[in-house]
Amino acid sequence: MRYKVMILLLLSSFPSISQNCDVSLSGKVIDIHDGSILPGATLVISNTQEAVQTNLYGEYTFSNLCEGTYFIQVSHPLCLTRGFTVKISGDTTRDFKLEHHLEELNQILIEGKTFQNETESIFQNRISRAALDRYSSGSLGDALNSISGVSSLNTGNTVVKPVINGLHSSRVVIINNGVRMEDQEWGAEHAPNIDINSAGSISVIKGAGALQYGGNAVGGVIVANSKKAPVKDTLYGQTQFNAATNGRGSSFTSEITKAYKTGWYGSLQGTLKRFGDFQTPDYVLSNTGIFERNASIRFGLNQFDYGFEGYYSIFKNKIGILRASHIGGAQDQVRAINSSRPLIIGEFGYTIEPPKQDVTHHLARVKAFKEFNGLGKASLQYDFQRNNRLEFDIRRGSDANKASLDLALTTHTLLLDLDSEVSENLNLKTGIMARYQDNFADPETGVRRLIPDYEKYELGAYAIVDFKIRENWTVEAGGRFDYTYMDVFKFYRSSFWESRNYDELFPEIVVEESGNQLLTNPQLNFYNASATAGSTYSFDGEYKLFFNYSLASRAPNPSELFSEGLHHSASRIELGDLSFQSEISHKLALTFQRENSTFGFSINPYIHSIKDFIVIEPIEIQQTIRGNFQVWEYRQTNASLLGVDVDASLAFAKNLRFNHQFSLVKGYDRSRNQELIDMPPVNTKNELVYQNPKIYNLRLALQSEYVFRQNEFPNNNFEVFLPETETTELIDVSTPPNAYNLLNFNSNIDLNTTSKSKLTLGLTVSNLLNTSYRNYLNRLRFYADDLGRNFLLNLKLNY
Amino acid sequence: MNKFKFLSVLFFSGLLFTACSSDDDVPEPVNEEEVITTLTVSLSTDGSATPITLITRDLDGDGPNPPVITVSGNLAAGTTYNGTIVLLNETVTPPENITEEVEEEDDEHQFFYTVGSGLNVTTEYGNFDGDGNPLGTKFTLITGAASSGTLTFTLRHEPKKPNTGLADAGGETDLAASFNVTVE
Repeated sequence: MRYKVMILLLLSSFPSISQNCDVSLSGKVIDIHDGSILPGATLVISNTQEAVQTNLYGEYTFSNLCEGTYFIQVSHPLCLTRGFTVKISGDTTRDFKLEHHLEELNQILIEGKTFQNETESIFQNRISRAALDRYSSGSLGDALNSISGVSSLNTGNTVVKPVINGLHSSRVVIINNGVRMEDQEWGAEHAPNIDINSAGSISVIKGAGALQYGGNAVGGVIVANSKKAPVKDTLYGQTQFNAATNGRGSSFTSEITKAYKTGWYGSLQGTLKRFGDFQTPDYVLSNTGIFERNASIRFGLNQFDYGFEGYYSIFKNKIGILRASHIGGAQDQVRAINSSRPLIIGEFGYTIEPPKQDVTHHLARVKAFKEFNGLGKASLQYDFQRNNRLEFDIRRGSDANKASLDLALTTHTLLLDLDSEVSENLNLKTGIMARYQDNFADPETGVRRLIPDYEKYELGAYAIVDFKIRENWTVEAGGRFDYTYMDVFKFYRSSFWESRNYDELFPEIVVEESGNQLLTNPQLNFYNASATAGSTYSFDGEYKLFFNYSLASRAPNPSELFSEGLHHSASRIELGDLSFQSEISHKLALTFQRENSTFGFSINPYIHSIKDFIVIEPIEIQQTIRGNFQVWEYRQTNASLLGVDVDASLAFAKNLRFNHQFSLVKGYDRSRNQELIDMPPVNTKNELVYQNPKIYNLRLALQSEYVFRQNEFPNNNFEVFLPETETTELIDVSTPPNAYNLLNFNSNIDLNTTSKSKLTLGLTVSNLLNTSYRNYLNRLRFYADDLGRNFLLNLKLNY
Repeated sequence: MNKFKFLSVLFFSGLLFTACSSDDDVPEPVNEEEVITTLTVSLSTDGSATPITLITRDLDGDGPNPPVITVSGNLAAGTTYNGTIVLLNETVTPPENITEEVEEEDDEHQFFYTVGSGLNVTTEYGNFDGDGNPLGTKFTLITGAASSGTLTFTLRHEPKKPNTGLADAGGETDLAASFNVTVE
């Protein structure tokens, strides 16, 4: 190859013989990632073997060159050597960009600290790949639970939805490999459709400041970073096997990556996970198994100043929902809540029967980027997602095996981003987004559509600028605007339409009448502005102060707008409101951080005020032929949340470390002067870690997780008359469960450490004391205890 | 130049999006097939008297309107009535008879009769599933002395069978209807 180039260069240099031979070539050698200069780089002109080195400022000069085309080889101790072809006519300036491969490699193999920050002024929590490996058989929500200020809203123990500083569902944006997840995240019992094993690392931004991902992340943004392939000839992989006693199941995940020094790379990854019924300390949780199958493929080309990547993943998950939680009306609720054990307890089994969920998520992405001199790095991305959600209820007759809900949500997104370094201290990120989404609710279910058919168009544009005032002081400001148009076809029950006064408010949207239903065509427009401003200041080398204000605005989701009917899994009637406006949130967050390996900490207080916050709460009891049901209605109010998250880590003796976490959040409904429902209780985690690199990298950790009782909650209890006892019973759906403390043990050891492969053996025991407990944020807490003790064996082979 | 290319790609994909969308496919309504809208209990004597009917009808299902309850007349004291229960889905035309489905899946269903205090009547199951456990779409009602009170019918789907009554049957309530009944 080089030989060919030489000949080519030789040929191309002939015409230049008679030309001016008094010109110079000068410029800088810089790192392509962060633009930092590279002193001590060597530049060799292949034709003449003339060599120079860059000075302390990364600058070089070749003088007395002839005009013509040269092949220049640039090398640096920390980078792979590269060749560049340069055409010289007159005195020429040319900067060369090299890539810090060694750092790139660190990211994959030993978890280096060089990450790109999503925002400059919000403190970000990150879970490294090594830590994620401990949750390999769990879910994304389980892993995120390990971060202070992040809890989860569960439906059983396999549907785990992240809650950031008290907010969840549509208020939390999840970015998976650069793609904003559109997986019907509005539902409280819809878990994110992400394979935890496909992420390189995970960052959590507790606020809406990361405007490049959207302006509606009222709660925050979770970024599952993709894994990066190094630019060198290599083949490596990882295989993990987990086996657990609780649920008597296992998971298997494997990944292999091939990369070339030309920049080409490809990788394949897959996960298989199967668990049977889980167990509390005292009984089997019937029908709580899970069967998950995922695969992903990635390929691309990574050059210094351009590249592209293709990515496709499929996520398929079948989840059983606790059999005893599927009940009829209020009379059934009384029995279920008042019974200390679930009313249906069967033998352990792997079969997943209704009620169950069966979800398939396809995600495809193509992305290309190019560095333009003087303009910056431009990237163009198209992504496609298709989410098919099937929910099965217990049904009768010929419908018994038919889904009660069958929604297909298809999303296309086009993103164009430009990251430009305007000057050495000023960086500008801009971008535009176009999105089309289509929801199709299959009428074959024989059940009225929970979410109507709709088409949604979104357009967005943002700009974020950060400016380094001094080496240790950065300020950041940004703005974003989004336009959303929804074209909906929704059938309303005539009785509901009239009881809501919609016949007078929206007579124009009725398309036709059919039986006791009305077909309507609401067309909704939302204009959402969002902004962020903040600053980071570092001092004494190890202290950092982050300050951020963010304004976010979120258009109501289809569930908030269009719900109208019985929600089986919640045993209640839920009503949305067609006239909802966007929610507008203001959040102020401050973080004080000390980065020190002996004693480091971060303290993160925040105050969050949300105008037109959409809450769902009970309003009345409705009589139906199936009995009485509590009616929950969405309403808009003004809410405020305040809280603090604390992390601290102290190395108090050789190989011994103490980690502490504390999170507190309080939520109030300002309009009604009452507490907000489902706020995470105060909790603290304290962990003692022993780590010794000399004994096969042994790591032993004992953790206590203490969750206080939530004492602030709205009273939503109601009464129901029971004919069989002729008494009126109180249904307590409000009182939170008692405080609890769980002990968890975690250990691992590296075996067979050779230069080429490493085997890690791990043993985890969760809920060591087999404590019976119920979690306020588990929607099935009314019916059953949470999980009992679990032994988990983990085998991990890196090669 | 390249910026130009990007923008034109964006523009054309924008066109593609608009071209793909079709506004003219209006969705079809879903008529729920398994909904029970109407429960009719007929109480007849062996004689030729017109049966007494107890009806509850909830045409909008879990919509806002409450069920409409009608009782055609009073029961005679000291009489044995043959009871028959008919379940209908009247949201479809012609109405679908759900009783047949319930009787086919007799091992997964059971009716319960709850007699309120004050009302002097007793009930007995009139039909059973393959295992000899009660189903109860047919029953016998024997009235005592003149009295009045509530009579409640509850249909449970997938109850524990056999059971000792509503309290330990479990399962999911598919229907619950109370009638004010007078024996004279």
